[in-house]
Amino acid sequence: MSVKREDFKILSETRFEPKAIERGYAMRTMHVDVGSGAFTEKPVSEDMKKRFTGGKGFGLKLLWDAVRPTTKWNDPENEIVIGMGPICGNTNYPGSGKSLVVSISPLTGIPIDSNVGGYFGPYFKFGGWDALELQGKAVKDVVLFFDANEGQVQMLEAPAALGVDTHVLAEELTVAFSASEAERQNVSVVSAGSAAEHSFIGLLNFSLWDKRRGGVRVKQAGRGGIGTVLRDKRIKALVVRYKGVVQDSNKAADPALVQRTGLKLHREIIKNDDKQCKMRRQGTAHLMEVMNDYDLLPTNNHKYGRHEKGNELASWVWEKYFTQGLPDGCWFGCTMACAHAVDGFELKTGPYKGHKVCVDGPEYETAAGCGSNLGVFDPEGVLEINFYCDTYGVDTISFGTITSFLMECQELGVLNRERTDGIDLSWGNWKGACEVLHSMSRGERFGTLAGKGVKFLAGHFAKEYGADPQLMKDIALHGKGLEQSEYISKESLAQQGGYYMTNKGPQHDEAWLIFMDMVNNRIPTFENKAEALHYFPMFRTWFGLQGLCKLPWNDVEPADNAKWEEPNKVPEHVQNYCDMYTAITGEKLDPPGLIRQSERVYNFQRAFNVRMGKGHRVDDWPPYRAMGPVLEDEYLAREERYDKQMKEKIGVDPAGKKLAEKMRITREFRTRQYESLLDAVFKRRGWTMDGCPTPGHLKDIGMDLPEVLEVVNARIAGEA
Amino acid sequence: MIKYLKTDDSKCVGCMTCTAVCSRLYFKQDNPARSAIQVLDRGNNEFHLIACDQECRKCVDECPVQAIRVTQAGVVMIDRKLCVGCLACVAVCPIGAMRYYPGDSSPFKCVACGACAKECPKGALEIVKKEEGARA
Repeated sequence: MSVKREDFKILSETRFEPKAIERGYAMRTMHVDVGSGAFTEKPVSEDMKKRFTGGKGFGLKLLWDAVRPTTKWNDPENEIVIGMGPICGNTNYPGSGKSLVVSISPLTGIPIDSNVGGYFGPYFKFGGWDALELQGKAVKDVVLFFDANEGQVQMLEAPAALGVDTHVLAEELTVAFSASEAERQNVSVVSAGSAAEHSFIGLLNFSLWDKRRGGVRVKQAGRGGIGTVLRDKRIKALVVRYKGVVQDSNKAADPALVQRTGLKLHREIIKNDDKQCKMRRQGTAHLMEVMNDYDLLPTNNHKYGRHEKGNELASWVWEKYFTQGLPDGCWFGCTMACAHAVDGFELKTGPYKGHKVCVDGPEYETAAGCGSNLGVFDPEGVLEINFYCDTYGVDTISFGTITSFLMECQELGVLNRERTDGIDLSWGNWKGACEVLHSMSRGERFGTLAGKGVKFLAGHFAKEYGADPQLMKDIALHGKGLEQSEYISKESLAQQGGYYMTNKGPQHDEAWLIFMDMVNNRIPTFENKAEALHYFPMFRTWFGLQGLCKLPWNDVEPADNAKWEEPNKVPEHVQNYCDMYTAITGEKLDPPGLIRQSERVYNFQRAFNVRMGKGHRVDDWPPYRAMGPVLEDEYLAREERYDKQMKEKIGVDPAGKKLAEKMRITREFRTRQYESLLDAVFKRRGWTMDGCPTPGHLKDIGMDLPEVLEVVNARIAGEA
Repeated sequence: MIKYLKTDDSKCVGCMTCTAVCSRLYFKQDNPARSAIQVLDRGNNEFHLIACDQECRKCVDECPVQAIRVTQAGVVMIDRKLCVGCLACVAVCPIGAMRYYPGDSSPFKCVACGACAKECPKGALEIVKKEEGARA
């Protein structure tokens, strides 16, 4: 059923003067109150630009101003803010099409941030906006339409015939809002899906019209339930239309330097990628066999790190599934082009059974989280879960970690068919996983329950089914309420910190230190680890301030990268980023200045957590499954390693000791290690031992804003 | 069939007539950096001519907006109205025949127009046709 432009009844409309971007900034943001249908323009001050830089920084600043310490995710004042950043939208430097979305998360109750590709962010930016705030709640389903060329914005009533699930909805909207077939690439849609309405793990799909495939593709702002917030606001979709992207849409201070820096990386990718990560052919799925080889591939709810069938999900398997064999970028000019897809995939379950669809991915996180971590080694099972997660609008990472938890609960006897409403959640049963998704999509009891996340489920199963509360807590892989992403962290103390000493919860986008720490032993002391847990989260935060993707930073490296003193930082690429920032904004930036920009926003986000009643030391604590072996067979699977560690690192001879005692000794040691790491990291970051930024540190980094000082002073007074 | 500019390095004397003709025709200035045909001085009065062979078409595959297409005459052309100036085509070109001038919004390349061939005093350049190669 096709929906036409005239089927959308106008509820409110406004016109803004289109504004050209100047040196990467529009110096204004748009606020939409979907409750009243009011669209307003807010200026960006020089002070805001200096302190918050852009992207996630602007998003968090606007969100802070919008909410109160008591605001819950489903209060009308909670916002979804999409911020772009000054480098966003340039077409020369690979990975420059990202938007950063923030909101108060239904899973964590604190700000979540999610980095996403697709065309929406750059198109919206080029209408002359640095960020978009969505606040309030509509009384019925609405679509927000932004004509970025004309400056016309409309709140429209969603016609009853409009689809819900993204693969239908985004295509319908793209067709309805483009004047002709040739214009479809000028439209981008943000949407969620049916399961986002019944779970806390809803995501936002940002579309791009794939000209070669003649269809819509989607990239996800996956983490933390922002799609749930979207649907709670009764926003069905955002649609932007923009025509006219050119080399210098950002009106850079030095467009030739933008070209030169971008071209240098294009050439490096074209030359090196095939010998390095094969992103152009395989995308992030190239990691599958590497993780399996290093005992890091999450298997059966992160219990194990390797599986004999691991290679059934290896990169070469995915490469055969990926169609087209041509570059697949999520923004113009990204030669890393890792956004691969499987065309003509015939669905075997659910409401679209028998349909031939295009599956975006799988990326590594999905292949691991919805594959090996569920004991699923059938690639077509992974593709089916991948497709339904996307179209129903739920996060494959949270869904994978939730379902693996449910499967382990069935194995442990906590769940049975009666408690799962008849769904068989045996390891490897991908159809059972799909049933959970379909149940979530339909808003049925078990799917809705699952969609509340593992933190809730652990408590619920202990209370309702008499499960051992400590065991539930140990195997529910979340931090702050957010499900952990898909790397085994238990053998790398630094990565435990990388996951759990994060602002939003255990997502690998802040720090990925496993190889540095566990494999190459480059950061042996607590101080070394703390330095890495300062530098890398700050460095990686910067991508989110600018509208950049992390992948072109170190998923390709200069051929001579190893000759540099700190190759893990990829120094030449760090300099590229400084050059790009300077070329676009006209302001000088060096590597320490880059870190300082991030520190301001990072500490602001931590203070935001404090303001929302979180951000304590205890909030940075991992479940034990992320730190060490919870169960006997888990210990036995790596007995040799654990026994050796006991002798060499703990100084206790394991000989003659019973298994339970060895497990206790290991657990106590690892717990002490983590405490020491927390001390070292908090000290390095300029925080109190309870994890609160100190006023002195905030002053040093230029973030001693009165409203921030008020929050941290109150917390510190309480600590004393 | 593919129409292309065939080059013969052995006949080139490095007079730069071709670059002058090309850059004047398309950019209204005599500037080798703005010529789609390039003359590389290898020393010892030896020169190497670079122009698109219209055949490999890696740029066509790489272009994210399908601004680079093959005409009916078999010539690879950039549609400047569609081009977003990313320069991925410049990076992917194996012989450096896709060019850009710093600060210009779009890259440029030889479109086998033949203007240079007409003016070449040594007959080092000619427009010829060839069969579709491995890609056909």
